[in-house]
Amino acid sequence: MSKRAIILLKVLVHLLCLAPLAWLLHFYTSGALALNADPVNYITHYTGDWTLYTLFASLAITPIRRLATSLGFLIRFRRLIGLYAFFYATLHLATYIFLFSGYDIATALTGLHAGHPSALVTQWKLIWPGMVEDVLKRRFIQVGLFAWLLLLALACTSPAFIMRAMGGKNWQRLHRLVYLAACAGVVHFWWLVKKGNNAPWKVTAVLTLLLLARVAYTAMKRLKTPTPIPTRPSSV
Amino acid sequence: MLLRKSPSLEATIRSSEITPQHVFEEHQHSRRRFLTSAATLGAAALAARTIPSLINPPTTVQAAEQLKTISSKYTLDDPQTPLAKASTYNNFYEYGTDKSDPSHEAYRLQTRPWPVQITGMVKKPQTINIDDLLSYRPLESRVYRFRCVEAWSMIIPWDGYSLSEFINFCQPLPSAKYIQFFSYNNRKVMPYEPSSYDWPYREGLRMDEAMNPLTLLTFGCYGQVLPNQNGAPVRVIVPWKYGFKSAKAIVRFHFTDKQPATTWNEADGDEYGFYSNVNPNFDNARWSQAHERRLDSSLLPRNIPTQMFNGYGDQVASLYTGMDLKKFY
Repeated sequence: MSKRAIILLKVLVHLLCLAPLAWLLHFYTSGALALNADPVNYITHYTGDWTLYTLFASLAITPIRRLATSLGFLIRFRRLIGLYAFFYATLHLATYIFLFSGYDIATALTGLHAGHPSALVTQWKLIWPGMVEDVLKRRFIQVGLFAWLLLLALACTSPAFIMRAMGGKNWQRLHRLVYLAACAGVVHFWWLVKKGNNAPWKVTAVLTLLLLARVAYTAMKRLKTPTPIPTRPSSV
Repeated sequence: MLLRKSPSLEATIRSSEITPQHVFEEHQHSRRRFLTSAATLGAAALAARTIPSLINPPTTVQAAEQLKTISSKYTLDDPQTPLAKASTYNNFYEYGTDKSDPSHEAYRLQTRPWPVQITGMVKKPQTINIDDLLSYRPLESRVYRFRCVEAWSMIIPWDGYSLSEFINFCQPLPSAKYIQFFSYNNRKVMPYEPSSYDWPYREGLRMDEAMNPLTLLTFGCYGQVLPNQNGAPVRVIVPWKYGFKSAKAIVRFHFTDKQPATTWNEADGDEYGFYSNVNPNFDNARWSQAHERRLDSSLLPRNIPTQMFNGYGDQVASLYTGMDLKKFY
């Protein structure tokens, strides 16, 4: 694949990954978001959903490449899409901190405009104790935060120079944590909804499929290359 | 006086050419379903699914029937939640678990005829029809705080009369200590009803709670007949309890001497108690109940402190004297 084609494709992937955010901003600026019954809840779910979707997209690349060797070039976008998953996860976390937990943006901004940047901190101090309590008390927040921390570690180690410094094997070992992060994300969803609400079944099915594809591939590879019969050590 | 249609209107549109409202809605609905399923084809289209509902919030735009109401002493100065929000954000799991589902799905419900059963410990079990129930007492327009267990709240004008008036009509036996509400259940009308709950939806109150004048037998909101997704044709509103206690689309009132089974208590008893009084000092496993997000017309969230008994302590706190509200949550 030519260099130009790769650049073009990269731009396209960037645009696709940014499209959900662009839509959200458009809803906000057009005033449509204000008409939604619960804008905060909407943004929370929207950013959470897109974290999972982008994460799944990055996890789909390996199975797709294995199915169609001609699509091998997709590997160049895996890390990029994975970083967007971290991006949406961070927006999701920011929504929780600044919109969900009661951070009074209007008051903070009024203070800022009046020349008191400390208003930003004051608001932070007001919500901080409640948020700590929330995290300590609620397992769905804990598992979500855990997933975000995993993605943070992967994002921090994503630059090429760090990959080189770590060595390919180590880097790969660390980045296998993405499976754990994806599972934690789905568990986060299950623990959030009320008992008996099975809304997360769709994302669970997709993730299961993505993980099974890997298991099936490994099993098939084992079958194709017969393991050598271990030679019995001659006993005395 | 003989009422005549305008001749010009009659000349242009014959009644046979007018699409009946239910056909129109059915069509709109299937069209929307088709568009949604087609849109899921692409990854980017995942977003497209949410756009129509945002740009054009789903509202069951029916020529809502106005109700004749009288004023009430129960009013609030807080800005009211717009009807468009109150009727598109509903927990009504019979129609699906998403809060936008009821506004899309509840159009199938036919609210006439609607027989209402009075059963259990009453002088005479009987069935009455909804219109008799509706016209039994003048409808008051009462503005109440509505607090969901999910830590959001609305300000809604409800139209109805005190449940106590209806209970007196039922003539319960002195042995009756509780009242249980049974909601309508029909899979044909509710195709997306999750099978993970034991339907029909049931709720209940202790008799003294039910007799409290605040407890409203509700037929309308915003001066109109209740939208289906808000619990038409008749529901109760118990403003000092979390929203799920206020059963919708009631078909049966059952009087009993034992604490009745209630749907959410059965589904998850650790989180949803029988009483479920609004209590900022007692957290639910999922949501801190100390604050609530007030949903009105503002875009930015207004997180406000939640009041004990949702601010109705003066009228209801005495019902629970001597009770440990952390035990009887």
